[in-house]
Amino acid sequence: MSGPLQDWKSQRKPFAAIASAPVFWLALFFIAPMTIVWLYSFGQNAGPADIDISGTLDNYKRATEWLYLSIFLKSLAVAALTTLICLIIGFPVAMAITFAAPKWRPWLLLGIMLPFWTNLLIRTYALMALMGTNGYMNKGLGGLWEGASWLRTLVGMQPLEAWTPVQLLYNNFAVVLGLVYVHLPFMVLPLYSALDRLDKSLIEASLDLGAGHFKTFMQVVVPLAAPGIVAGVMITLIPALGAYLTPDLMGGTDSQMIANVIERQFKRANDWPFGAALSFLLIYAMFILIALQSMRSNKVKEAR
Amino acid sequence: MFNRTAIAPLEYTRKLWMRSWVGLTMLFLYAPLIVLMIFSFNDSKRNVVWKGFTLKYYEKALNNDSLVEAMVNSLTIAFFATIISLIIGTLAAVMLWRFRFPFKGLVEGTMSLPIIVPEICLGVAFLIFFAKVDWPTDLPWPLNLSAITIAHITFCFPFVAMVVRARLASFNKEEEEAAKDLGATEWQAFRDVLLPHLKPSLVAGALLAFTLSLDDFVITFFTSGPDTITFPVKVYSMVRFSVTPEVNAASTILIILTVALTFIALKYQGVKGISDAH
Repeated sequence: MSGPLQDWKSQRKPFAAIASAPVFWLALFFIAPMTIVWLYSFGQNAGPADIDISGTLDNYKRATEWLYLSIFLKSLAVAALTTLICLIIGFPVAMAITFAAPKWRPWLLLGIMLPFWTNLLIRTYALMALMGTNGYMNKGLGGLWEGASWLRTLVGMQPLEAWTPVQLLYNNFAVVLGLVYVHLPFMVLPLYSALDRLDKSLIEASLDLGAGHFKTFMQVVVPLAAPGIVAGVMITLIPALGAYLTPDLMGGTDSQMIANVIERQFKRANDWPFGAALSFLLIYAMFILIALQSMRSNKVKEAR
Repeated sequence: MFNRTAIAPLEYTRKLWMRSWVGLTMLFLYAPLIVLMIFSFNDSKRNVVWKGFTLKYYEKALNNDSLVEAMVNSLTIAFFATIISLIIGTLAAVMLWRFRFPFKGLVEGTMSLPIIVPEICLGVAFLIFFAKVDWPTDLPWPLNLSAITIAHITFCFPFVAMVVRARLASFNKEEEEAAKDLGATEWQAFRDVLLPHLKPSLVAGALLAFTLSLDDFVITFFTSGPDTITFPVKVYSMVRFSVTPEVNAASTILIILTVALTFIALKYQGVKGISDAH
């Protein structure tokens, strides 16, 4: 930052002109709505459209019942699995972009970013069309199946039974695949920005001194790219944990995540206080994740 | 591709397995979208077999009044949300960059919250908020879109502030002081010195806000009423209840719009600038 900060007291008029709009907006259209939700989470239904904020903890008690707790844990597991797959797919891609010829690098980045700019609903819908029982994914699997069947006849075995399209959609597999599809760009971009800053001569030194590519990768590249990995994990895990659309459209009856349960409290079940409590539990979970991350990065700073 | 020079140790991108990995990832990212776009021209109700080229689903989509209305609503909301987010976001960035004031850390932290808080929670908060304050729902167009627009501004302006603040870091404050020494008023210095410097980040911020607003489904789903359907909400109900090739056609139009916007941004900033904005 260039130049010293000005004290607001010496510049009251410009400060008021600049600060009032953002502060006012934040207070009225962010803090106020969130506060109402928070208050509702301590309330109970007093009538069809009336909520009595009585300070009860019943909503939170109910949220810790096994039914809801298991959905919470399942959401966390699905989000963690999604993040892990994104990391495995994304790391080599980020490496490839980092070490690509300068002419190609921006275009590869654009290639990763363009889907991120495309409407989420359209992307989910496009993936669903591909995964339907008549979709191309099933056709591809059918082709593989017939190939395997033909190979079996070649070695004198009985051919496999005729291919029947499998239900790829509406199950947990579809939810994870959908979440990976949507969140992959989130993972690649922070990984790339960390790898781009990495001193490439360190990799060369490691290779020159006899470490193989794999050893260099595990012992030099990964530790140096750790901040980018953490950033990528957070930026993928947090939205994946709160995902609503993907489990709703691509999941089956057993693959609902916490966001779907929250939605139901506000639409069909019409239990706003309980929904409010679940929302705040989700927000607290985010805060814990972020606190863990900042604790970790503080530790790293101290260690240096 | 068929370069004869030997592959240097760090030229990972020239290794075959690396190329196939990137190629497969790109295939994974783009194949669904490309298939969707191709089949929007398919002359068949079922989406799998190519039956010949047709534009009839585009005609149908454009004659589907509720779909067009939803599209107009979405673009209107995105337009107003972008303008207001741009103003508030820029002011917020300048405020944090220029002044020292009490509770600054708290204000800064609170401002990044709309980015972090899950969409579903924000959507729920707005649903309760607008019900609680009895926000009028029977206003004439486009005022009936105000609730959705307000919700969109709340999650768009912190992104604008982030982009603008990154750009402010490279501003030389002496330029502004020189302008003031030469007799410029506070406003003139802001308009003629600071704003021109911020221009690339304002373009990037505006495009980001526009896309975020156009893209949003979850928050809109909770704040929209029967008369204020946006494009994603409309597509959602179409996907949910009756998949028709019209959705493919309408989606293709929106994808092309997004790509066009991205390339406008490219023209303004260069590919490098876009990637820096993220």
